[in-house]
Amino acid sequence: MAERSFKKEVKDLELGAGQRFRGEGILAITKALLQSGVGYIGGYQGAPISHLMDVLTDAETLLARLGVQFSVSASEASAAAALAASVMYPIRGAAIFKSTVGTNVAADALANLASGGVTGGALIIVGEDYGEGSSIMQERSHAFAMKSQIWLLDPRPNLESIVKAVEDGFDLSEASNTPVMLEVRIRACHVHGSFVTKDNRPPPFTLKQALAAPNRDIGRIVLPPASFLHEKEKVELRWPAAVKFIRDRKLNETFSGDVGDIGIIVQGGMYNGVVRALQRLGLADIWGTTRVPLYVLNVTYPLVDDEIVEFCTGKRAVLVVEEGQPEYIEQAINTILRRRDINTRISGKDVLPMAGEYTADVMSKGVQAFIAANRADIVSDQARASNSPPIGDDPRVKALTGNVPPRPPGFCTGCPERPIFAALKLVEKELGPHHVAADIGCHLFSILPPFNIGTTTMGYGLGPASAAAFNLEADKKSISIIGDGGFWHNGLTSGIGNAVYNKHDGVILVVDNHYSSATGGQDILSSRADNRSRSTQHPIAEAVKGVGATWVRQIDRTYEVAKMRDTLKEALAVRSPGPKVIVASSECMLNKQRRVRPLFEKTLNAGKRVVRERFGVDEDVCTGDHACIRLSGCPSLSVKHSADPLKDDPVATIDDTCVACGNCGEVAEAAILCPSFYRADIIHNPTRFDCFVAALRSTVIGFLQRLRSRRSLRFG
Amino acid sequence: MNAPSGHPQVGDAAPFCIAVMALGGQGGGVLVDWIVALCEAHGWLAQSTSVPGVAQRTGATVYYIEALPARNGAAPSVAPVFSLMPVPGEVDLVVGAELMEAGRAIQRGLVTPDRTTLISSSHRAYAVTEKQSPGDGIASADAVYAAAEAAAKRFIAFDMAGIADQTGSVISAVLFGAIAGSKATPFPQEAFEAAIRTAGIGVEASLRGFALGLRQAAAATAGGNPPAPSRPMPDRPAAAPRGNIEFDALVARVSADFPPVVHLMLLAGLERAVDFQDAAYGKEYLDLIGEILSLDSAANGFELTQAAAKYVAVAMAYDDVFRVADLKTRASRFERVRSEVKAAPDQIVYTTEFMHPRAEEVCGSLPLRLGSFIEKRPALFKALNKLVSRPRRVKTATIAWFTALYVLAGLKRFRRGTLRHAREVTHRDAWLNRVKSATARDYPLAVELLKARRLVKGYSDTHARGQSKFDKVMAGAARLEGRPDAADWTRRLCEAALKDEDGVALSGALKTIDSFL
Repeated sequence: MAERSFKKEVKDLELGAGQRFRGEGILAITKALLQSGVGYIGGYQGAPISHLMDVLTDAETLLARLGVQFSVSASEASAAAALAASVMYPIRGAAIFKSTVGTNVAADALANLASGGVTGGALIIVGEDYGEGSSIMQERSHAFAMKSQIWLLDPRPNLESIVKAVEDGFDLSEASNTPVMLEVRIRACHVHGSFVTKDNRPPPFTLKQALAAPNRDIGRIVLPPASFLHEKEKVELRWPAAVKFIRDRKLNETFSGDVGDIGIIVQGGMYNGVVRALQRLGLADIWGTTRVPLYVLNVTYPLVDDEIVEFCTGKRAVLVVEEGQPEYIEQAINTILRRRDINTRISGKDVLPMAGEYTADVMSKGVQAFIAANRADIVSDQARASNSPPIGDDPRVKALTGNVPPRPPGFCTGCPERPIFAALKLVEKELGPHHVAADIGCHLFSILPPFNIGTTTMGYGLGPASAAAFNLEADKKSISIIGDGGFWHNGLTSGIGNAVYNKHDGVILVVDNHYSSATGGQDILSSRADNRSRSTQHPIAEAVKGVGATWVRQIDRTYEVAKMRDTLKEALAVRSPGPKVIVASSECMLNKQRRVRPLFEKTLNAGKRVVRERFGVDEDVCTGDHACIRLSGCPSLSVKHSADPLKDDPVATIDDTCVACGNCGEVAEAAILCPSFYRADIIHNPTRFDCFVAALRSTVIGFLQRLRSRRSLRFG
Repeated sequence: MNAPSGHPQVGDAAPFCIAVMALGGQGGGVLVDWIVALCEAHGWLAQSTSVPGVAQRTGATVYYIEALPARNGAAPSVAPVFSLMPVPGEVDLVVGAELMEAGRAIQRGLVTPDRTTLISSSHRAYAVTEKQSPGDGIASADAVYAAAEAAAKRFIAFDMAGIADQTGSVISAVLFGAIAGSKATPFPQEAFEAAIRTAGIGVEASLRGFALGLRQAAAATAGGNPPAPSRPMPDRPAAAPRGNIEFDALVARVSADFPPVVHLMLLAGLERAVDFQDAAYGKEYLDLIGEILSLDSAANGFELTQAAAKYVAVAMAYDDVFRVADLKTRASRFERVRSEVKAAPDQIVYTTEFMHPRAEEVCGSLPLRLGSFIEKRPALFKALNKLVSRPRRVKTATIAWFTALYVLAGLKRFRRGTLRHAREVTHRDAWLNRVKSATARDYPLAVELLKARRLVKGYSDTHARGQSKFDKVMAGAARLEGRPDAADWTRRLCEAALKDEDGVALSGALKTIDSFL
């Protein structure tokens, strides 16, 4: 079950012609797919497109009614490979994933797909995870489009444009027998807006028909001599066809302005930022009216030479606003103009940064510099005044530097992965630091304080593989970490299989929290939950043994820190060929709470006996050393200034958000920290027996307590 | 050329810009949805964006909203071009769901005096870097208030988490109320409430939180900028006579023999000592402080005595098994737990303690001779450790366990004869002698030597670590004696010692000392 339910949003997917859809960009894309008569969809979750996968998962019945096949793919490669269904058959298909990481994984399938070409429209929707909020290396999907001759759409970031791009994308794909990539940036994925909907279209040609009447053409298969012909086809047939289509259908937009001797060529996704920048200079307004002509590339690859030439002719200078590096578009435009011997000055990375997100501020400065250099006269002095707020120079504001603490994402309250790394930290305290190969997933938060564990990440599911070089006789072994998500994505073969085959005596720690948690808690093969539409409950330990691992330990309560620690020590100690695999399983607390809370409330309100657990700290026992926090970092385990005048340092405290996972107590025991922690069991709706026992106990205890307080001097 | 604003072609309508700074899991998205609904209900066009990514996992995250009234007579097809991210200097309303996030907004230049209303909850959710320090790593709230004073056109701050808590709602509701109360938007209160109702999630609770938030904000708007919340002050009034002859005599002695400036701390210390052992122990405490006082003078503002009053008490009331057993079995503690876990009167509360006694603790609690006898014999000590050293889940509220702890606590009457006590006394006296001998030559250094006792805290390994840091600082101070900056450097050594667990900063500081010694 995914973290967020989209049952409500699913209704919006049913909207018909002329109605207005209000919601997130990513959901608009989902609706657009159904309006375009898509026949099948596959994808792999990951910010910023997770919601698209989740909403489709919740839309089962609707998809079934429309006859749309939807797979939650094992990886981006699986999703991309599925587009093969559009090679021979006139069926529209879509593959969805996060980019560039997902595109990296899918690259092999995409290259093969692009070589043979497609009959039915093939659309690859990538969430461009670039800039603020991104969790991956900063690269551009643009390069993939260029290397494989896949056309790249980068629509203006409003729902109308994005939806149109999906529909155009399929047409373009079919018109040019080429897969098309639709790039949507993080903010565009999460932008709330609206658009007028059309009726959903069931696929005109179905997968059933395809299976009934299979069709093949050896000329579409990537094998010599066809593969050589494919390349020629790409440049001689498909490319021109695409350019013609883009021009005829006016996929790119031109906004004219009265200042005709300069202009701006902008990626569709950057359009809003450019308009805002011009607005600050008084050269455009909120309604998009602009004085400086704009040529908006809703298709950033391929470029339409003639359109570029038409726009640039007669202009003394043109600014190219292209986010990221290298500046492929700017280079291409220069080439185009050079070939036609047009001497318009092309500005771009000279006034805008080569690397990094084009934030509103960056864009403003760049556009301002371009205008100042070419048409300073059209900007008023007051608009020309520096737009960097002088408030930043105020000493009181400057004083915040170093005071406002960094706040990266971290393990949630009660996260079952916390005790795993607490145990690993204890092991390192005992046996010294080890080389720890980390992986992608929530567990990567281990690299941050307070754990500071993990040396490298080489990609999703590649943790164990990234320790493969350390396959040698040595005093210390390598430890590698992998999540259940990465495990099923590829880790089983790339990591465990690889270690088994090469007899690598290293420790592989599989963090199994029953979901693909970092991407929003989607189910996976090893999820414990019953899932009507998918096959779950396939234990990781079995799979590991299946590929030949012999030393396998399954831990079903990661919160048992001591056990966790000892198992790790054992794994590091034993000497035998092949990996030592520890599968540490406990349910993702976010998902668990979502499941358990309602039940608790229900029993409670039904007046039935129910025990609520919570942890606490005895303030007068705590000495404020915070060793417990250095082995936890739990949001609910915090500190507070003590009212005790004899205490200098804040004492530990646990707030109401505590879910009684038990980590505090287990760590206090395992690390022999201090006796400050207590677990409180609060019995709601106690039975009469409970009350009797309680009364008995409190009579005896109360008596003794009164006795002592009479006999001795006590304060507090 | 035409002045841009006056140019016939482009209009100058500007959107109303709102940035919401929140932590993952705070429900900032709910607030954003309410605001968007609020705007759209008034025929405004609105756009919201966010960059959750993995920030949803407790990290800082920013939501951004732009809205403006639909253009009269404009074709509905003509949509405004909104920015997808806040522009420094062009934000009308910044909402901080936590104080340091408001600070972050100021840092990012989103809060400017000409334009921005800053509404923030004054509560703190401490970041890991603040919490993990062995000392006091909490960031300064005052700095944020000062910056807000400088950067915001208007600044409204109060504890919204507290209100959410007491109304059983979420902070988003209180923030939404604060926005309404601040009158930063042109929309009436009813419209806000309508937005909450339409959303239809936890309506009643949300409305309660909303109402309180609104009232507080309205009140705040009347007054000027809020003052920074201050650190809780010692809540103990000067100890009054307790009807116990010995103790009352000690209290009398405090007021008679000691300068008023040290009374508060001294009485706190006295109480701690007596509470730890008995009245006689309290007398011992006052004797020790008396000796210090005899070396002190009004000219120095009795700084030495003040420090001694605090740290000698801490040293004397060390944490041993008797004390822990005592604290865990008190009626007051049972009450405190009930209130901490918010247990209703009709609910039953049982506690489980997580203890891990080791041979060290056992020996320490034995009579001096026996204790050291065992300690001197590794085999025996090991055997003992094997016997006792394991996690103990103590169910304090059961008769058996309570009695056990109760008896243990009662054994404190033999404390003076234990190995641990002997050790503590030796350590304490050595320390105080260092202090006394330093006083005459270098008064400020003596004060710092007293304060260094702050480093010794915690249990088992933590305690050992603190002890060794303390020793290192003492050794460092010894080498510095005679230098004019000895006190200053000793203070720096303590600060360094509290920076990190493994004493990296401390060794660094000691190296620095080596460099100039």
